[in-house]
Amino acid sequence: MTLPIFTASDDPGPSFAELLRRVRPTDALPSGGTPLDISQATTVVAVRYADGVLMAGDRRATSGNLISHRTMEKVFPADRHSGVAIAGAAGPAMEMVKLFQLQLEHYEKVEGTMLSLEGKANQLAGMVRNHLPAAMQGFAVVPLFAGFDLRREQGRLYQYDVTGGRYEEADHASTGSGSLHAGTVVKLGFRDGLTEEEVVDLALHALWQAADADSATGGPDLIRGIFPVVATITRQGFTRVDDGEVRTRFESLLGRLTSQQTGGTEPTA
Amino acid sequence: MSMPFYVAPEQVMKDRADYARKGIARGRSAAAVLYTDGILIAAENSSATLHKVSEIYDRIAFAGVGKYNEFDQLRIAGVRHADLKGFSYSREDVDARSLANAYAQMLGQIFTHEMKPMEVEILVAEVGTAETDDQIFHILYDGSVVDEDRYSVIGGDAEAIGGRLEAAFQPGLDLGGALQAAVGALAGPDRQLTAPELEVAVLSRTNGRRAFRRIEDDELTTLL
Repeated sequence: MTLPIFTASDDPGPSFAELLRRVRPTDALPSGGTPLDISQATTVVAVRYADGVLMAGDRRATSGNLISHRTMEKVFPADRHSGVAIAGAAGPAMEMVKLFQLQLEHYEKVEGTMLSLEGKANQLAGMVRNHLPAAMQGFAVVPLFAGFDLRREQGRLYQYDVTGGRYEEADHASTGSGSLHAGTVVKLGFRDGLTEEEVVDLALHALWQAADADSATGGPDLIRGIFPVVATITRQGFTRVDDGEVRTRFESLLGRLTSQQTGGTEPTA
Repeated sequence: MSMPFYVAPEQVMKDRADYARKGIARGRSAAAVLYTDGILIAAENSSATLHKVSEIYDRIAFAGVGKYNEFDQLRIAGVRHADLKGFSYSREDVDARSLANAYAQMLGQIFTHEMKPMEVEILVAEVGTAETDDQIFHILYDGSVVDEDRYSVIGGDAEAIGGRLEAAFQPGLDLGGALQAAVGALAGPDRQLTAPELEVAVLSRTNGRRAFRRIEDDELTTLL
């Protein structure tokens, strides 16, 4: 591999996507034909709380009416102080996350400074917009982006549509097939200044209700020990909440829900 | 019709080498030193924004001396080379040796074929998972590559600084020890270098995926 050197007028600057286009022109997507049955990823939520933002996503991927993966991850760190969560066609979504992570790091290294949180959100919007032709063929990718804004000292979150429309949300956002149910639970349970424990409980409850009503969203799998991915983004950075803690919180949530069903009495074995 | 004068190839090469060396000698030097936790790179640089030492990839750093725009062009090409390679294959497949070879090819090509050689001297350092795997490559303006163990010095005054570093270096230095050895060698016996005149960074085994970290301000002053 030789060094990629460009003339001043052809230089791709700090954009990795532009660089990739210069060295490896990609083929256009095949057009027409019947939509393929590919893996789809589903419900993810983001909620602002006292110390920053929380992101959470279930682990199920489906192809049509079949479960194709039980352990898929949909919440990723984008860089030290931001995260990205995905819903939609799994393959293109993973590729988009990989490119997005790389783009933020590439920019930081070439320019010597980090992009602002707003700049990162706009970068992702561009990538979603470029993906529109594939979305028209049924491979839509709809991400959520959230991060801790070090300049404003607060958590911020962004929602997208397939055309690359970027909408900053004040408190919470959700996307994917179970987003209606998850979003409602978050909307009802949200108040300003939630603590970390409260916000984790709220997100788990939202995902549980989504899984309960949407067949494409996975609930907690106590047999295999598979739980939603939950991550917090604060001034200290992106931190994934430990699976053991998620299990404990889920168990207490299920206990509460069970006692609601049985009218306040504990179920008998 | 006029005939071009014949100039012996030896003379052409010598003139180009002299030209490049003169350009490099005008700037300040930089030194890389192995220490227990990785590799420390220190450069004499009074600018806080125009860097001589930078991150290339997870475990790879770059240092350049000479003409700023020329070594910065090489730095950006290196970042692109590494990011493209990591994207096409895997992050583990990006290594300093292949990058050093790519730099050497390019510098050699320019030295023999272009009007003007690049007035730069660069280091490519890679921190390994174990102390014995650390690598430093020293690449000259004509494309020659030297694989160095222990330490490496680039810049106009490299010989004198290298001599001082040879005396100060010992295996198993900690961060502070390596920094003092490098800065002492850069300064020489008659000067004292302070934090604002220095640019220091480390490739540290204990810094997570991205091993590169700048040592600045208070931390640097304390270590000095």
